[in-house]
Amino acid sequence: MSPGKTMEPFWWSLFSAGGVVAAFLVPVHLFLHGLAVPLGWVSVSHARLLALVGQPLVKMYLFVLIALPLYHWAHRFRFILEDLGLHGLRMPLAVLCYGSAIVGTVATLWVLIRI
Amino acid sequence: MSEARPARPGLYYPKLPATWWLRRPGYVRFMLREVTSVFVAIFLVELLVLVHKIGQGPQAYADMVAKLQSPGWIAFHVVALAFVLYHTITWFQATGVVQVVRVGDRQVPPPLVVAGNYVAWVVVSLFILYWLLVRS
Repeated sequence: MSPGKTMEPFWWSLFSAGGVVAAFLVPVHLFLHGLAVPLGWVSVSHARLLALVGQPLVKMYLFVLIALPLYHWAHRFRFILEDLGLHGLRMPLAVLCYGSAIVGTVATLWVLIRI
Repeated sequence: MSEARPARPGLYYPKLPATWWLRRPGYVRFMLREVTSVFVAIFLVELLVLVHKIGQGPQAYADMVAKLQSPGWIAFHVVALAFVLYHTITWFQATGVVQVVRVGDRQVPPPLVVAGNYVAWVVVSLFILYWLLVRS
């Protein structure tokens, strides 16, 4: 990389895309799987869910839904820690946060491919 | 290792206590907005585990749902939902400022862009509920 250039625009674009996905899609899934189903307000059969997650389009949807916002988290969490005074650890924090998101992406692919 | 120093020594970092964000309501709202991402990430890891359990079979899925019925998880999800909704609200608010939408030569007023986001969000959410619960 030439001097003065950083990776920040790249990570920022993933942050932004993940932020959009999180804003539009996460609330309804959190409501459904975190509250409505456990509390018995609605029920979805396992057979139906299994049939759904077996479809390639649904797998792609789940990949976007799960993986992209992980980069959104990584970007924000990195700067939370920096803003709390950890400027000296700038580089290790970036590696840790974006690295976790990459690990999450690989794990998501692994789970989705095996179904 | 030699002395700890920032990777970009040209930047100036003001020395602030770690509690600087408690000083003004605006700073607190900023921090709450940033923290929403933690709840998003935790839930998505959960969702990934749930998808994995669905793949493992009916018993594994039922066990996971049973676990999510505990008061601790329910309480966590209520709090997490509040944070996630705060992300949605603040994100749409920011979109209205950042995203310039033009129709012909005219700029669509930002409040209208924000309203459009809300409408799209409601439609998408209802569609997902319909797809999962009604259509089979």
